[in-house]
Amino acid sequence: MTQVFAEDGKVIPVTLVEAGPCLVTQIKTVEKEGYDALQLGFGEVKEKKLNGPQRGHFRSKDLEPRRHLAEVRVQNPSDYRLGQEITVEMFSKGDRVDITGRSRGKGYAGVIKRHNFGGGPGSHGAHFHRAPGAIGACATPSRVFKGSRMPGRMGGERVTALNLEIVDVKPERNLLLVKGSVPGPDGGILLIRESIKTRKKAGKKAHVLT
Amino acid sequence: MQKTDIVESEYLRDDIPDFRPGDTVKVHVRVVEGNRERVQVFQGVVIARKGGGLRETFTVRKVSFGVGVERTFPVHSPIISKIEVVTQGRVRRAKLYYLRDRVGKSARIKEKRRT
Repeated sequence: MTQVFAEDGKVIPVTLVEAGPCLVTQIKTVEKEGYDALQLGFGEVKEKKLNGPQRGHFRSKDLEPRRHLAEVRVQNPSDYRLGQEITVEMFSKGDRVDITGRSRGKGYAGVIKRHNFGGGPGSHGAHFHRAPGAIGACATPSRVFKGSRMPGRMGGERVTALNLEIVDVKPERNLLLVKGSVPGPDGGILLIRESIKTRKKAGKKAHVLT
Repeated sequence: MQKTDIVESEYLRDDIPDFRPGDTVKVHVRVVEGNRERVQVFQGVVIARKGGGLRETFTVRKVSFGVGVERTFPVHSPIISKIEVVTQGRVRRAKLYYLRDRVGKSARIKEKRRT
């Protein structure tokens, strides 16, 4: 992340996202697959690193192999053709996007971090600090209800940040400047789609930086 | 070059003079009032410079009507129209927070002698 200045001197926190260029690797249609979608590929990879089925997937279409694949639903797949490159130029300043990624793994986390429990007082003779407290009643129901919030693995899951604003687009470097933060660590893989709140669709695969 | 540096370099200003903690500066700040814009001058002693690159900020302290006033500006902010260095001070530390506890004679800073 970094920051940029708005014209009025306000500081805007931004995340740089290297987005695309992504290759259209497969076009799915209602007739064939039952729904309309595009499969996009991002990042080059040596063919010998792929397994047989993956190699065949690219070879049969005469495409350069790509490391990451993702699928995006679109309204009219006929607007796209196989092997077409999708770049950051499909986005412009002020657009709203949804960004999906895998969040940072937090490991085995307690209830305060994981479920925002309050916890107890730190001192004044208290013995109740960060424990979850009661997890149910006594003889009735004499069991713990399913779904009770408890400690456990946190993070490392698919998260979508909704309605993020695009502050700037740098087509010459395939960079997007997105206001605020995005899921996942530096260098993580992201899927950027037009915000569902603006009710448009189209998208691409991308790569986060800092 | 890091990708963040590429983006930041567009916003970096090269018209900022060299100044250090201990210097007395006049900061010309653009103030927007309604739809009118004017320039306000904030004069005082630089007591700190923090951060690096685009995130660098500096703090200016002055005593106005007996009340200490400090303003922190981003060095590369577009609201700064100009910075003038009035005097250079001779100080022995980078952060002059001790000035906050001092008034009058002890709050002065010796001027740097020209070499």
